[in-house]
Amino acid sequence: MKAVKIQKNMKLKQSIISLNKISISFNGETILKDLSLDIKEGEFVTLLGPSGCGKTTTLRIIAGFLKQDSGDIFFRGRTINKVPAYKREVNTIFQKYALFPHLNVYENVAFGLRIQKKPENEINKKVREMLKMVNLESYINRRVTSLSGGQQQRVAIARALANEPKVLLLDEPLGALDLKLRKDMQSELKNIHKETGITFILVTHDQEEALSMSDTVVVMDKGTIQQIGTPEDIYNEPKNAFVADFIGESNIVEGIMIDDYRVKFAGKEFKCIDKNFEKMSPVDVVIRPEDIKVTLPENGDISGLVTSVTFKGVHNEIIVDVDGFKWMIQTTKSQETGDEIGMIINPDDIHIMRKSSYSSEIGDYSAFSDEFYEEQHHRE
Amino acid sequence: MRIRLTLLPYLIWSTVFVIIPLMLVIIFAFSTPEGNFTFNNIISVGKYSYVFLKSIVLGLVSTIVCLCIGYPMAYFISKIKAKYQNVVIMLLMIPMWTSFLLRTYSWMTILEYNGLINKFLSSVGISKINMINTPGAIVLGMVYNFLPYMILPIYTILAKTDEKVIEAAQDLGANNLKVFWKVIFPLSIPGVVSGFTMVFVPSVSTFIISKMLGGGSIFVIGDLIEMQFLGNTYNPYLGSAISLVLMLMIVICMGIMNQLDSEENANT
Repeated sequence: MKAVKIQKNMKLKQSIISLNKISISFNGETILKDLSLDIKEGEFVTLLGPSGCGKTTTLRIIAGFLKQDSGDIFFRGRTINKVPAYKREVNTIFQKYALFPHLNVYENVAFGLRIQKKPENEINKKVREMLKMVNLESYINRRVTSLSGGQQQRVAIARALANEPKVLLLDEPLGALDLKLRKDMQSELKNIHKETGITFILVTHDQEEALSMSDTVVVMDKGTIQQIGTPEDIYNEPKNAFVADFIGESNIVEGIMIDDYRVKFAGKEFKCIDKNFEKMSPVDVVIRPEDIKVTLPENGDISGLVTSVTFKGVHNEIIVDVDGFKWMIQTTKSQETGDEIGMIINPDDIHIMRKSSYSSEIGDYSAFSDEFYEEQHHRE
Repeated sequence: MRIRLTLLPYLIWSTVFVIIPLMLVIIFAFSTPEGNFTFNNIISVGKYSYVFLKSIVLGLVSTIVCLCIGYPMAYFISKIKAKYQNVVIMLLMIPMWTSFLLRTYSWMTILEYNGLINKFLSSVGISKINMINTPGAIVLGMVYNFLPYMILPIYTILAKTDEKVIEAAQDLGANNLKVFWKVIFPLSIPGVVSGFTMVFVPSVSTFIISKMLGGGSIFVIGDLIEMQFLGNTYNPYLGSAISLVLMLMIVICMGIMNQLDSEENANT
């Protein structure tokens, strides 16, 4: 239902920001390579990727803080390559808020309006309206340095929206907040998006944030776009091993596409729902850990030995060794390390991807602890 | 306990070299040569109010000139590449390694009636200009000597300014001029205040510069005080009284400046 609605919106809405073959490099290192992206009016778009993938650079080019080496950027069809940041009809919410420390809450929000030389009563009305929207009315005369992180971020939101931008750019706006606050702010931002109808472009490395907030997710890595789609598409139909690995947990297995609807992996042939691959071509097969059903060894499509069990609250996360390949399974059934179990995989849950440059880089869950460490490390 | 112990050397230092001399100045200022209490010394300072005024005007002019030259310079240094910033700061500091007296003597030889500038002027056929022994020469000497004290604190603040805050201002529609006046300058006021203080205080109380470049024709507070202690009019009681009044005036000036500073920061 939701997906249908978005599709309809997209058809109706004009594109507001278009990037055409944008490239940029710093000190000889390529950051963005021929990046093209079309963002529709009113859309909530998320640029998602690991650090160094070029997502923030893309945002800074849209804001006008950086000038691309080549390529064009359009705003409602007109090129804005030469338009400086202060003349662009976009506003940014910065990761570390970047409030003006010498001004109080009121003056921070009023900053853009004062630049536009709006009459005082209009400024007053707008500032109060904005602060009401972010629930900070009672902090109107406070110094911004006396506010908590969450409150400062709200001031930053009010300040950016007071200018009535056509596009709001959000550069990891929730990165510095703790988990609980982050969740609250996520829904608050979604509400603001709905209420104002402004186009939102969010940059984040948090895949959960991307999936839960956006209409469209743009997955980036190494300066190029890996996949553009709705959160459902990105999760269910990852285009390559990178996307499958980055979004949620995935078992990515090497396989052979025998024929349409027939794929062989883990030493067995499975039925699947994918077609139009060359016969007998090597492919990457993605199976989400929650889609694997646990059964008795003799009843399973394949079977293996449980090597570790981690209690995760809602489910158990178990690692199963099948002929040396470590699978991850999320199941509500309790298992013990050393158990022999069977695994059932339904055709709907098998997703076939063409081989890409990432295929060899992404393996099984034998190095899971390393991966976990990296993720932790990345968040710091 | 450990903190107190580490404070000890400083406490001894400041007691011996700051607090005791200061007490002596206060005691002398209120004493007659016979050792009786008196207000006469302080009252007679009033006779020299013209000297005070002249010193303050000279000091103020020098400080403002320093600010006008120093701020753009500090801004420029903070904007160049980080690795060159240290080099420029170094260049700024190098003259300070030479003796203050020596540098002021050099200005004498440059500005003298038969000095370098006038020799050059007459060699190209322009009549000589009287430069030394003018208020202008004193201001020049002060600006030359004290300029680094203006640049350094302003530079320190400007270099610390968060680039994101500047971007935020641009993002909200401010062009470069507005970014400067609405964000960069207000944020740098603490630097301006400390630069102002660090230049104004020595400018008002110096006597070497006015003596050498003013040739004694322009009599400032520093000269007046020096005369009371080392000159023929030997009168340490009056000298202490003048010092005390000068000190109070400077403290009041600094108080006002700091008030401006904290108001700017609080801005409620």
